[in-house]
Amino acid sequence: MSGLIIDDVSMTFELPGGGKVEALKNINLNIKEGELMSVLGPSGCGKSTLLNILAGFLAPTAGEMSLSGENITGPSPKRGMVFQHGALFEWMNVTKNIGFGPKMKGVPQAEINQKVEELLDIVGLQDFGEKMIYEMSGGMQQRVALARCLANEPDVILMDEPLGALDALTREKMQSLVLDIWKKTGKTIILITHSVEEALLLGERLLVMAPRPGRVHKEYNLPFAELGVGQDLREVKRHPDFGKRRDEILSMIWDMEEEIMGRTESA
Amino acid sequence: MWFEVIDALFTAFWMVIGITVIFGLFVAFSLLISLIYRAYDASKDKARGYSSLKTVTFGDESSVVANRAASVGAVLSIFLIWCIATGSSLIPTILPPPFTGDTQFEYTARNAAGEEDTATVYVRVHSSDNKSPEKPTNAAEGAGFAKDDVLLIPERRSKIVKVQDNDEGGKEDGYEVVAINGQPVLRENVYPYADGEILVTKRGSLSVRPSTGRTMEALYLPPPEKVWSTFVDLNKNGYQGVGLWENVFWSLFRVVIGFALGCLFGIPLGFAIGLNSWLRGWFDPIVEVMRPVPPLALIPLVIIWFGIGEQGKISLLFLAALWIMIIAARAGVSGVSISKVHAAYSLGASKSQLLTKVILPNSLPEIFTGARVAMGVCWGTVVAAELVAAEKGAGKMIIAASKFQLTDIVIIGIIIIGVIGLGIDVLMRMVENKLVPWKGKG
Repeated sequence: MSGLIIDDVSMTFELPGGGKVEALKNINLNIKEGELMSVLGPSGCGKSTLLNILAGFLAPTAGEMSLSGENITGPSPKRGMVFQHGALFEWMNVTKNIGFGPKMKGVPQAEINQKVEELLDIVGLQDFGEKMIYEMSGGMQQRVALARCLANEPDVILMDEPLGALDALTREKMQSLVLDIWKKTGKTIILITHSVEEALLLGERLLVMAPRPGRVHKEYNLPFAELGVGQDLREVKRHPDFGKRRDEILSMIWDMEEEIMGRTESA
Repeated sequence: MWFEVIDALFTAFWMVIGITVIFGLFVAFSLLISLIYRAYDASKDKARGYSSLKTVTFGDESSVVANRAASVGAVLSIFLIWCIATGSSLIPTILPPPFTGDTQFEYTARNAAGEEDTATVYVRVHSSDNKSPEKPTNAAEGAGFAKDDVLLIPERRSKIVKVQDNDEGGKEDGYEVVAINGQPVLRENVYPYADGEILVTKRGSLSVRPSTGRTMEALYLPPPEKVWSTFVDLNKNGYQGVGLWENVFWSLFRVVIGFALGCLFGIPLGFAIGLNSWLRGWFDPIVEVMRPVPPLALIPLVIIWFGIGEQGKISLLFLAALWIMIIAARAGVSGVSISKVHAAYSLGASKSQLLTKVILPNSLPEIFTGARVAMGVCWGTVVAAELVAAEKGAGKMIIAASKFQLTDIVIIGIIIIGVIGLGIDVLMRMVENKLVPWKGKG
């Protein structure tokens, strides 16, 4: 069985002062190979927890997950991750950062060099191979982070708000880049975001999650990601359905937030 | 006990006043020079860099850069003050120096018979450098019963002359010195003469005090040229059979060995404590208790255990560096952001690869900060340890010299210790910039 299967996963943990948090409750998902899925939800809905469980950094308290029939029990190079702040290694230059994964596996240096060249080309950093990380802007750092993840040829790429810290213009460019990479490599990508527009643009499938307990609230299948490949994303945003979906999801999240606030106040 | 506390508080109060005056003078001097500098600075063309266009400078820390002209001025000022206070020959005389040379005064004595006669006291004040001064030769002359006297006094000292001893009838009752240079005098009073003052003692002798001037005595602070000549001499002949640089070498050598041992054990231990809960619990009480103990407090124990030889000193420096390096390495490990660790694992790194490729390089900035602190502490500790007991070393040189009141050697030692401490720190910073260029960035 190929693809990523999440089978009745729950995550409950105890707080130090007593009381329990149901970060995730009975999540069931079946993510096909090559699918681009975005996950959206108010803070505290467990979307980051879900991603960390998928990456293998956290163990769920109930349920199982598997990738291509293999159970997920810990981190693996088959599931690459792109972090919000890059999590790049400052003591290495760009080339070494990108080549880190293959090097750990013991791939011959010549092969690594070739792959790094290709990836630098894909993420648009052709002339930056020798630069140190601290000499680069935030957007460039995220390009390096993407390339580093791709260099390992993972089956699934997990993205934890990778564009959250970027300015609006850089963000738009990076969104196109993510779509390009998705189309070129055909990887399964799961992307967590705070931005409704980003979730719409970068999700064939969009998951809206709700908090307390963390659960899947609603699912959409959207055409915008396909439309956006190789296109000006602003064009996609003018699509009549785009605005409609955006407003719908925004008011959905708005309601959830209000509900949370109400609950906290009455508590 | 309360009396002592109050006494100490009074001392502190007077210190506040004294320090305020000294600092005030120094700052006033600095402001004076800054006015001159500003006048000069305003007269030349300025670079129109970005910083020069800032209008808000007061409170903007980034726009405060040490003015190197001021630094040079400060060093020169201290040197100048040193010259003035010690009456250095490098500058024209500003404060009156102590009197040296020949002088004389006349005294008038009355003998038992009521006759009066006048004689001269020839005083020669010789400089303290002069080890074999000659006495004036005009002794025991004079026509009447009062005879001339001679007196040899080292500079800044006073001496009693018993004029009655060689006067005829000087031992008889009724003999009395009644005037100096024609001025009538009484016992237990002080009278000025041309180059100082004279106390007529309770027993009628004369205590001569040539003028001590206003400059500091070389015993307290030798003038720069004397320090320099001692330095040249030390360079050539050493002190107590040990060359100056040999002393410095031994101090540095101990620091390097002790520091290296501290790193050798401290860094791996710090990593272990940073990576393992059991080991952290195991070593925490030891590290936390030993860290605040100043290495100097360990000196007595180290001497009891290891004696005063090299082993004791190196052990002490090892202990001084060890805790600092443990804590630095531990902080370095703790400083690795979890996302970097996660990233490395999801890129397929094993535990040992994570340790060598991520945790170790990531903790280098912290380790270097610790190493700089440790080197500073070790340098201070070695000097202090040598003060207590050593055969060679910079600290040993100054403590030995202080026992013979060779203040110039003490000052040379202090300056060398300071300059080498600074040199160590500068060197460490250069290495740091070379090895961890990403420090404080990103």
